[in-house]
This record gives sequence, structure tokens and C-alpha cells, in this order.
Amino acid sequence: MSTTTTRDATRPSPAEAAEAGPRKGVRGSTLSFWIFTGPFLAGLVIFVYVPIGWSLWLSFFEARYTVTPDTFVGFDNYRLMLTNGDFTGSLVTFTVFAAIIVPVTWALSLGLALMVHRLRFLKAFFRSVFFLPTACSFVAASLIWKMSVFSGVRFGLMNTVLGWFGVANTAWLADPNPPWYWLVVVSVRLWLQAGFYMILFLAALQNIPPELYEAAAIDGARPGWQTFRHITLPQLRATSTAVVLLLLVAAYQAFDEFFNLLAKTTWGRPPLVELYYTALGDDQDYGAGSAGAVVLTLLICMVTLLQGRFLGFGRRDDSG
Amino acid sequence: MSAPSSSNWDRRSVLRATAGLAALGPLAACGGNTGREGGGSSGKGLVQYFHAYGEAGTQEAVKRYAKAYDGARVSTQWITGTNFESKLFSSLLTDNAPDVFEFHPQLQLIRSGQVAPLDDILAPVKDDFNPADITSHTVDGKVYGVRMIDDPQFFFYRRSLLEKAGLGVPQTLDELAEAADKLTTDKVKGLFLGNNMVSTNYALVWAAGADQLNDRNEIAYHTDDVAAALKTYRKMFTSGHLLLDAPADYWDPSALVQGLTAIQWCGMWAMPVMQKALGDDLGVFPFPPAASGARPAVYNGGWSMFVNAKGKNVDLAKEYVKWLWIDRKKYQEDWALGYGFHIPPRTSIAASATKLKSGLPAEGVKLFTDYGRFDNISWTQAMITALEEVVANAVRKGMDPEKALDAADVKVDRELKKLFG
Repeated sequence: MSTTTTRDATRPSPAEAAEAGPRKGVRGSTLSFWIFTGPFLAGLVIFVYVPIGWSLWLSFFEARYTVTPDTFVGFDNYRLMLTNGDFTGSLVTFTVFAAIIVPVTWALSLGLALMVHRLRFLKAFFRSVFFLPTACSFVAASLIWKMSVFSGVRFGLMNTVLGWFGVANTAWLADPNPPWYWLVVVSVRLWLQAGFYMILFLAALQNIPPELYEAAAIDGARPGWQTFRHITLPQLRATSTAVVLLLLVAAYQAFDEFFNLLAKTTWGRPPLVELYYTALGDDQDYGAGSAGAVVLTLLICMVTLLQGRFLGFGRRDDSG
Repeated sequence: MSAPSSSNWDRRSVLRATAGLAALGPLAACGGNTGREGGGSSGKGLVQYFHAYGEAGTQEAVKRYAKAYDGARVSTQWITGTNFESKLFSSLLTDNAPDVFEFHPQLQLIRSGQVAPLDDILAPVKDDFNPADITSHTVDGKVYGVRMIDDPQFFFYRRSLLEKAGLGVPQTLDELAEAADKLTTDKVKGLFLGNNMVSTNYALVWAAGADQLNDRNEIAYHTDDVAAALKTYRKMFTSGHLLLDAPADYWDPSALVQGLTAIQWCGMWAMPVMQKALGDDLGVFPFPPAASGARPAVYNGGWSMFVNAKGKNVDLAKEYVKWLWIDRKKYQEDWALGYGFHIPPRTSIAASATKLKSGLPAEGVKLFTDYGRFDNISWTQAMITALEEVVANAVRKGMDPEKALDAADVKVDRELKKLFG
């Protein structure tokens, strides 16, 4: 097929094209831009920015049982949220949860990725097996964990297994002393999300040039821990940073498993669950709930900025 | 067949397609599930909210009643899970709120103008209702909500297990704790109070000789006897004699039926299933007194139908409520007795309910009559939560009951001030 073109008689001269073409092109591009991004921008404004603004506005009003209040209360809602103990307690719950789930998920997903990466056969099978739980909803998984795996009766899976070793039935979720509920909450999230982060690590592992390992071997590096520590881990730095950031964001968003596993408790409530109960749940206090949401948003911004500073995410040398 | 050339998708085509899709939008909306069947030009529509009942056939029954109504197309949202309250409360603030919904009488719904008074449709039959049901729905002389069913809650027990242990029916809270101890084996727990132990909250307070609020709408649950009863609960919780973390909660009969427990707190709705599984090996008794001089307690729960006062079809919704829950006695009887056992709030229907006239159902009705206590309309959802937190803190977490009650007082006082000034 010929790739040469012939100049058409009706085609504008280069001078005309230089004058008219770009203008027309820009206009067309602009129109296309708005057609394709307009709906999403509208959605962003309507479903994100308006609610944020509305929430900020609500936080300064007495808004029990209404989202169109008229009684201005200043910072009362903020004072209420920061002094009632439930909200501040939820921040402690989040801290404990994040302190457990972030490093454990990081380690587990990296371990799974290393394992799958080194497999010589059935690689695709194991990759799928570990990734599949990601497709399961948190609600469904929580109910399975609650009703089957960690049920407190004798035919609950964990109690059955422990029963073989003479261990009495345990109420995993009902009794906060000892706090076995953390085992349930953490394990369900690990099961659900470790596979996803495994895929990220797997992709990063596949991007490490094999020449690095070959060179290290020539220089006398022993395979195993030494190679992992001095080559693999540094090469995964950017991915690890991203994974930690994503895990922390996901921890902040923790809701479903806590909500479904820990009904009618005063413990094990991360911020979103606490705000849900305050605003949408029994209290229906949209003013206080909004104040809590604003405080939480500010906190997340601060943590993100601090994390960026300490982990160096986004620094120029990250790309190198 | 040739594949469409990509050159066909110029800007005009894209615009035409976009415009076409936009034009199809309204048509698509007609066919979409908006939750409001029959809206717009195809006739009047109503939406009703029901929480998911556990008894088989209830969902079909509600839909069958709705279908039989000629005045409008009534669509039913059958809400599963434990978040019925949350979904209802949040939807009542939106344009997608239900026109009619079932719930319990609570003052905040009235104060915030979310439910309509129903005196006009109730007036002709008001005397036929259980007076306590009318009282529990009345504020400032107006009646809000039509009671559909009364649901007494008490203890169900396996007669054979108590006999084998040489036990009679517990007469005090201490005896109940003792029974739980003696009935517990390596396979069967002595007692099931629900997974989070809040289902007996009201009964515990009443059995300790207290009340949630007094006649002046002041805190009445914070007494020494209630604190002492909470300590007994704590001992029961730590003893290992309670069934905890069961797959289904107190409202489901499976814990007793599957032999996981010897005694279970449950509602009369579950009686048919229990009788079918256990035959005559089944008895009932009220929550035993937890303080000297106090009476046994039975909580008369139940559900009522309310009309959304801010809805678009208030008059039509009231018509529907009247048609179904006031005029159609057959449906009311079917709803109360066709699936689980509930006590019909209408005296005339209860009088003709042969299923409740003998045997264990009659014992249940007697407990309802002798010891039953009804909802207090001033005891709102936030207060319910505050008392639930007392049990979570003082019983399950081990906090001093006085401190837990003090914490609840702060929240309940705040709520009372909002409601009564």
C-alpha cells in the first residue's frame, strides 16, 4: 500500500492551514474535551465537592434529623466530637488497626509475590488463587467469617479445629477481653486484600533486570536473604512506598468488616463507623457527624503530607 | 460481513450518538427500577418499607396484600440486614423516602415532622385496639401509626433439660444465673441472651423495678438495683455459661432448636418453628425479678405502620394504610398468625384467634397480659443506643456499672433536652 499523498486542489495552502487549521483543531479538541470530561467533572462537583461543602456547612449547625438546618452553633459540634471520647477512641482504634494491617499486609503480599514469582509451574493457578478473594465483597466475607469461620459455637470452623486439641469454644467477637476480635477483623482484611498487593509486587519483581542478580552472583553475593536484602528490596522501594500509601488509605476507609463483625459494641469502631453511627445511624446528628468528618479529613491530609515527607514519595530521585 | 470502519466515527457521529443516548435517557428511566412503580403517567404509586421478617412467607404476604390494593401500585422494599433503622432514617430526609413504613413509635419522628397523625382513619376503630398500643403511639392527643402486630418477648426453655438438671422455672435473676450454670455442658450452653446481650435491656430494667423514663420524661433506669442486675449479668457473661457468637441472633429460634442452648430469649413469633422442632419439650417464662418487690417482665415489642408526612402522596398513603391495616381484617389476621405467632393488636381479631387460645401460645398470651410492658414513645433511638452501650461497657467490657450508667445519662439527658427543652 502506498503511503504517499497527493495535494488536493481544494486543500488549503500551508499558509491558510497555518491560519485556520489550528483554531479549528483547538475548538474541536476543546469540544471533545468537554464532551468526554464534562459528565465526570459534573459528577465530581455534584457528588464530591458539593457534599464536602455541605458537610462543612452542616458542621456549624444544629442538625439533628435534618440536613437543612437553621440553627447556627459555631464550633459546638467540633467541641462535642473532640470531647465525647467515642470519636477520639475511634482514632485510637484506627491507629491500632493501621499499625497491624499495614505492615502485615505488606509482608504477606510481598511474601506471596516472591513465592509465586519463583514458581516454575502452576504459576498462573497460584496467582489466581491468591488474587481471587479480591473479587469478594467485604460484607460477604465478613458474614462468612462471623457465621462460619469464627462462630462461637462448637461447629464454627476455628472452634472445631481448636477442639481437636482440647481447647474450649471461644467467643471470638462477643468478648473484648481478650480482644480476639482483632484476629477476626485483621484476618478477613488480609484474606481480601493481600492478593491485590501481591499482584503489584509481582509486577515490580518482574521489572527487576536479571542482569542485576547475575552481576551480584559474579561478585559473590549469596542467593537468598543477602540477594533479597541488597537487590530485591531496594528495587521494590517505589512499589513498597505506593503499597504502604494505598494500605494506609484503605485502613482509613475501613468500615464494612468492623460494621458487620462488631455490632452493638463500644470498641472496635474506626472513624468511619463512628461517624456513620453519629450521622446516619441512631443519633442522626448530621452536624456532629459532619464536624467529625471535617476533623478526619484534616487528619488524613496531615498524615499524607507527613508520610510523603518521611517516605520521600514523589521525590525526584524516586524515578531513578 | 465487513467490520465497521473506524473512519465512520467522526466527531459528528459521536455527537449524534451522544444526543441519541441523551434522548433515550427518559425512556430508559421509564423502564428502570426507580423504586416507585407506577409513577408518572402510568398511575399513582406508593412505596412501603418493611424490615426483613424471619418467618417464611412474610415477604410474599406483604407483596400479595399490596397487589390487591386498587387505589395505587404499591411497591415494597424488603430491607434485610440490621441496618433497617439507618436506611429508613436517612431516606426520610430525601425525595426517595417511602410513603409508608413500619417502625416503632418514637418521638423524634413526630418532633421532626416525619410522620403524619392518623386519627382520622383510626377514629372509627380506635376502641377496638389494645389501649396500650394506642397510648404508646399518642403524643399531645394525636395518634401516630397503626399497630400491625404485638410481639411479646420472653424466655423459651427445654422442659426436659431443666427436669434433668432438677431445676424449676427460675424465679429470680440469681436463679436464672444458677440455672445457666447447671444446664451448661460441653455441648450445650445454659442460656442465650442474644449475641450482644442487648435484647433483654428493657426487661432487665423493668425486672429491677425501674423504668426507662418516668412520667415526667426524666431518667428512671439509673438505680442501684439496675446496677446490681448489671453486675449479675457480668458474672453470667464471664462464667462461660452463656451462648455467645451464635450464627443467628436471639430473634431466630435456631439456637434452641439446634440444641446450642437450654434457655433462649426470643419472641413469640418463633413459637411455631420451635413447637414444630421440639414438640411438647418447650416452655416459656418471663424475665424473672432482679430486685426484691419487683415484678417479672415481658417486653411487648411489635411493629406499626406510619405515613411519611413529608411524602408526595400523604392522603393516598393514609388511604392505603386504612385499607390494609384497618379495613382488611383477614389480612391482619393472616399477617399476625399465618407465619409466626404475633398477637393481633385489634381486640376483635385477637378474640377470634383460635391458634392462640390453648397450649403454649395461650401461655404466651397470658405472659403478655400479666407482665407485658409496651414501648415508651419518648424513648428514642439515641436513648436505645445509650442503654445498649451500658450493657456493652458494664457487662461485656467489665466497666463499673455506675460509670457506664453515668455515661449513658449524659447522652440520654442531651436527647431529652433536645426533645423537651
